[in-house]
Amino acid sequence: MESFKNVKSIVTPLDKVNVDTDQIVPKQFLKLVQKSGFGKFLFFNWRFDENENPKSDFILNDSKYDGSKILVAGDNFGCGSSREHAVWALQDYGFSVIISSSFADIFFSNCFKNGILPITLDQKTVELLQQETNPISVDLEKQTITTDSQEIIFEIDSHKKKILLEGLDDIAQTFQLEDKIVEFEKNSTIPSVL
Amino acid sequence: MQLVVYSNINLIQIKMGETLFEKVWKSHIVDEKESGPSLIYIDRHLVHEVTSPQAFDGLRINNRKVRRPDLTIATMDHNVPTSDRSLPILDQTSAIQIQTLEKNCKDFGITLFDINSPHQGIVHVIGPQLGITLPGSTIVCGDSHTSTHGAFGALALGIGTSDVEHVLASQTMWLEKPKPFEIKVEGKIKNPHAVTAKDIVLSIIKNIGTGGGTGTVIEYSGQGISDLSMEQRMTICNMSIEAGARAGMIAPDEKTFDYLRDRKYTPKNYETLVEEWQDTLKTDGDAKFEKEFVLDINDIAPQVSWGTNPGMTCDVTDSVPTPDEYSNGDENQKKGAQKALDYMDLQSGVAIEDIKINRVFIGSCTNARLEDLIEASKVIRGQKVSSDVNAMVVPGSQMVKKQAEEMGLDKIFTDANFEWREAGCSMCLGMNPDILSPGDRCASTSNRNFEGRQGTGGRTHLVSPVMAAAAAINGHFVDVRTLDLN
Repeated sequence: MESFKNVKSIVTPLDKVNVDTDQIVPKQFLKLVQKSGFGKFLFFNWRFDENENPKSDFILNDSKYDGSKILVAGDNFGCGSSREHAVWALQDYGFSVIISSSFADIFFSNCFKNGILPITLDQKTVELLQQETNPISVDLEKQTITTDSQEIIFEIDSHKKKILLEGLDDIAQTFQLEDKIVEFEKNSTIPSVL
Repeated sequence: MQLVVYSNINLIQIKMGETLFEKVWKSHIVDEKESGPSLIYIDRHLVHEVTSPQAFDGLRINNRKVRRPDLTIATMDHNVPTSDRSLPILDQTSAIQIQTLEKNCKDFGITLFDINSPHQGIVHVIGPQLGITLPGSTIVCGDSHTSTHGAFGALALGIGTSDVEHVLASQTMWLEKPKPFEIKVEGKIKNPHAVTAKDIVLSIIKNIGTGGGTGTVIEYSGQGISDLSMEQRMTICNMSIEAGARAGMIAPDEKTFDYLRDRKYTPKNYETLVEEWQDTLKTDGDAKFEKEFVLDINDIAPQVSWGTNPGMTCDVTDSVPTPDEYSNGDENQKKGAQKALDYMDLQSGVAIEDIKINRVFIGSCTNARLEDLIEASKVIRGQKVSSDVNAMVVPGSQMVKKQAEEMGLDKIFTDANFEWREAGCSMCLGMNPDILSPGDRCASTSNRNFEGRQGTGGRTHLVSPVMAAAAAINGHFVDVRTLDLN
């Protein structure tokens, strides 16, 4: 996984709560067997009409937000299905930071495996950022979001921060604990399935 | 509370009781640090065709193998057609995904219940049916409804594809410890044929919201839970994810142990394990939960969702609420409710019983087990599906299908003009040809009423199997408490 780079970009305000992963990537696109190329399916049913023409009232179709890397969304973002395709789509589309007042657990966890930084802020700050029209900066090392008028500090677990900053391969890290896994298996009382 | 006094050092440590979740968690820690995630051992890994291909690819790229094929079981459920299985799969992308799983299981030595296996079915239906699910174990699957297996006192978690790869490679995963949340279900349902586990869990989500369980593992307890059968308990735990919880759990009891006895993969030393589980797998009297919620079920009504998330639900005797009534003053929730009403093409104030439907789906990992089909069949016996309605039954597994056919249930359904299908996830998420057309309105026993979930432009109302069956006959929702179901 590539390491996380600091971001300066305008924000895309997605003024919706409880955005579920079925909306982020509808099921008809889950049949692919690779990870790449999901950006074109992002928010598909909100972005395109039945003839696959862009819907003018959806924010991603407003050219003002072209190239935005920061999505600012309402509460409980990423709820529902565990499909990591949702994160692949956001990343492939170009988002690397997602800000909300809360995230669903599995989605939140999936972000870190794909170099996306999810930031949880209080609802008032999220709403303020949704109004922001100038570019804002996100610095993961310093844990700051900087706008023209203020600097916001955000919280992140130190382990997760390290994973993003160093672009670590989770599995390689875990393999270093092989002895402990073997030891656990020796003492496990749950028998194998077969 | 137990007081542990270390006499040789000047320290008194008070040992608090532990919750069921904390006990299972603790017994699976491979490595932990002072803060951050712990490395948790996984006893059972269930794999299906949709969320695994990229994980197997990752293994190949890095020249890694599956660490414990003997703890890994695969089936195909999301994509599979539910029509005649002797015919080729017409959707080429579905066919490729299914073939990819076959190849991956062959290459990595994993047991697969393929499309023609008598054990094929929705992964969360076959796990318990085959005795793969065990109390006190950790179970993962690249599917959010893995929470279902918590009905057996397992810690069962839905995971993304990166974690699927991690578990395949290491049989472990990194996880931050969720907080224990107790939901007590008190009281007794007056008519258990009419008011079901589905109505209990929808009532819970209606009350705590779709984010109410975020960051927690729910333990369901109380008389209302212990009265339920195992299949009903699975319905409850299945929808924990719809309340945002990482998992749901129910302490095992004799019903649990009986259910798993003599299944295909029930361990040889099962009785010894049961003795151990009877002693350990329960929440201590003095354990503390971070969060608590109590639901009294004495007077609950059958539930019907009216919106686009499972929290947007009301009693069958209610009317569709106004956005103000739903949102309790929260502006964002109010906007969400208005959007939901627009999508669902519903007016506030319309009685739920006046909502007409044209599709009925009885299926999914929430409600497609044998008891669900038995209960639904009581409503339709000797009747016909309303002429405006297309109705289908998709058994949760081929084993459920066979059992139902042995009881003659298929005949009851087909005589009433229901379609009787092969097992799979089917129209719960519409990855196979079973989908709603734009504008269709469906009474569905599944778990999600999200926009477009069952088909682009389709409208889903979540209900129990008996409610869905009654809607099929009448063409609109009816309060099944008024029917004779005995």
